[in-house]
Amino acid sequence: MPVSDRARLYWRRTRSMTLWLLLLWFTVTFSAIFFARQLSVYTFLGWPISFFMAAQGSILIFVGIIAFYGWRMQRLDDAYNNNDES
Amino acid sequence: MTKAKTFFQRLCRYYLLYTVGFVLFLFGVAILEHEGFPRVWIGYVFMFSTIVVYATIGVISRTSDVLEYYVAGRRVPAFFNGMATAADWISAASFISLAGGLYLWGFDGLAYIMGWTGGFVLVALLIAPYLRKFGQYTIPDYLAARYTGQYSTNVVRVIAVIATIIVSFTYVVAQIYGVGLITSRFTGVDFSVGIFLGLASILVCSFLGGMRAVTWTQVAQYIILIIAYMIPVVWLSMKHTNMPVPPIAYGSAIAQLTEREKVLIDDPKEKEVRAIFRQRAYDLDDRLASLPESWENGRAEIQHNLEALKLGNAALQDIKQTGRELAAYPRDADEAERVWKEERALNLELAKPPTRHTEPFPGDSEEASNIKRNNFLALVFCLMLGTAALPHVLVRYYTTPSVKEARHSVAWTLFFIMALYITIPALAVLVKYDIYSSLVGSNFSQLPEWVSYWANIDKLHPLVSINDVNRDGIVQLAEIVMDVDIVVLATPEIAGLPYVISGLIAAGGLAAALSTADGLLLTISNALSHDIYYKTVDPEASTQKRVTVSKLLLLMVALVAAYVASMKPGDILSLVGAAFSLAASALFPALALGVFWKRANQQGAIAGMLVGFSVCAYYMIHTLPAFGGSAAGQWFNIAPISAGVFGVPAGFCAIIMVSLLTRAPDQRTEDLLKHLRSP
Repeated sequence: MPVSDRARLYWRRTRSMTLWLLLLWFTVTFSAIFFARQLSVYTFLGWPISFFMAAQGSILIFVGIIAFYGWRMQRLDDAYNNNDES
Repeated sequence: MTKAKTFFQRLCRYYLLYTVGFVLFLFGVAILEHEGFPRVWIGYVFMFSTIVVYATIGVISRTSDVLEYYVAGRRVPAFFNGMATAADWISAASFISLAGGLYLWGFDGLAYIMGWTGGFVLVALLIAPYLRKFGQYTIPDYLAARYTGQYSTNVVRVIAVIATIIVSFTYVVAQIYGVGLITSRFTGVDFSVGIFLGLASILVCSFLGGMRAVTWTQVAQYIILIIAYMIPVVWLSMKHTNMPVPPIAYGSAIAQLTEREKVLIDDPKEKEVRAIFRQRAYDLDDRLASLPESWENGRAEIQHNLEALKLGNAALQDIKQTGRELAAYPRDADEAERVWKEERALNLELAKPPTRHTEPFPGDSEEASNIKRNNFLALVFCLMLGTAALPHVLVRYYTTPSVKEARHSVAWTLFFIMALYITIPALAVLVKYDIYSSLVGSNFSQLPEWVSYWANIDKLHPLVSINDVNRDGIVQLAEIVMDVDIVVLATPEIAGLPYVISGLIAAGGLAAALSTADGLLLTISNALSHDIYYKTVDPEASTQKRVTVSKLLLLMVALVAAYVASMKPGDILSLVGAAFSLAASALFPALALGVFWKRANQQGAIAGMLVGFSVCAYYMIHTLPAFGGSAAGQWFNIAPISAGVFGVPAGFCAIIMVSLLTRAPDQRTEDLLKHLRSP
């Protein structure tokens, strides 16, 4: 594959991953807030679910998103660089 | 590779030693306290010893190399950069006030927790890796290089510099104000003396070593602030739940708190106190209606009382009390109107039954509740996008050795911030449970010691006040008035820990304020020296001269900021939240579209930054009472702090429309983007 094509592929993959993760980020944030009143009826280990999500659940998911992104991007970088040498 | 590894191991060893040393120091002071060391001296010991530590790190890391001064030599490992960024990020407000905010606002306060953490997802996905790939020195650098074209690159640069300075300056004033508040509360020194003490330590650090010194100091500050926060909260958590991990443990405390709230909402004694407050508000209504006669009558009455007391040889205390009342009485009818209206609002607030802590968006009607929900969403939106556009946080990602490390570094940053941020809601619930169950219902003659201690620290704005409104000798919840800061300040004593832990809290608060102030001052002075002086005024300047100019500017900015803070500007403090909206509106669209939309060009970016900033600023001026606006000017009932909800879309629209209407960016931009978008 020519270099420019592979660069384009790399960028396309990066972009689609960014998009999916942003979508996840948005869904978590928005639904935890927008449906907070409906969710507050249910409890999770003592916490009403909406309170748990706003106080810690969403933050854990945010850390997860960033860690996953770092890990996947590193693999993508490695794949690209390996191809480069071969 | 191995070189980087040994560097990392050496850092780990140093900071481990440092942490052990700090814990030993803590034990040492605890023993001193046991031996009868006075309270004020413990405050002094913590203030001065930590400041000396930071200054020492600053002196050791002194440098006049450009790369070291601006970006710490680009060799800060992801783990440590994460820690430093966390300290950079955690401000005095997060450390001291946020727990109290959550105590008072319940669920609605969690907007800050969500907003201030979720923003890092945007930093990680949209900005940090590309900034590092670009690899220059400041945020305006990046924008200027990305948006080249018809005009001189300096146009974009200067607009970005102005936005950076406005945002960072309001923020740094608040941090220095926090430094003054913490030092004066814990050591009793004058507020302005406290400010200049803190300033001295900030300067020794950043003046000598720039980013290099600031980075290593921030790591040290993070360690202190997290230890300081955790010890009392873990203790309190053990006391109430027998579990040492507060974020896991407080689920059971929430259930108990909810039970207690139910009791207090319907308690007849509580209702009695609330009725008294309501009556007071009605009385004020009457007085407001009959101004200005009521003002004259009121003053005459106090004067009459005073004379009667004097003639009747009453106790000196009563005479003094009435004298103070007279002195505090409004000077004229206009002032009376203003003061009484405030008092009326306060009394009406106190007359309300307590809201339930976990209830989302409590409101009298569906509509009121929806307004609260929309404001929560809007605030989270602004805080997240603001976080992703705060220059002092973003520049930290220039300092990692590679793009890969920059990505990991954001994960570490949020991890270290999370350690504090998931503990804050736990602390609020634990303290609330403690107060609801043991302070409420106790006898006025047996108030815990911390109440009288913190009530007397600042006489003008008491941090906590408890008055026996219905004179039954028992504390009712409605009789307790608390400031947001008291929750963190009093936690060690509520948990039953010795005063040494309160001193530790002071050191932690100071670390939080100083670390943020360090980063902000450096960002402002670098924007001035690098972007304005070097890139715009004198591109021929030698590297030596650039660093010298930078240091001089740092000194000047620091002095101006300290001067502004020492005037206690209440208005500026209320604007700190607004800094997020301004940063989001002015910088976020240009930063995000820069990488992800090739067609965005210079004209678009200029328009976007100007329009975003203006819309946001206009909305604030239009709705903030401090600027002569009023709540009546609000759109969709959105509070002024969330002005970014309008500014950001306006900024995006402006960039997109103007870019599409003008010529596509040139080959230079194309090449830069190709570089940024490749691994």
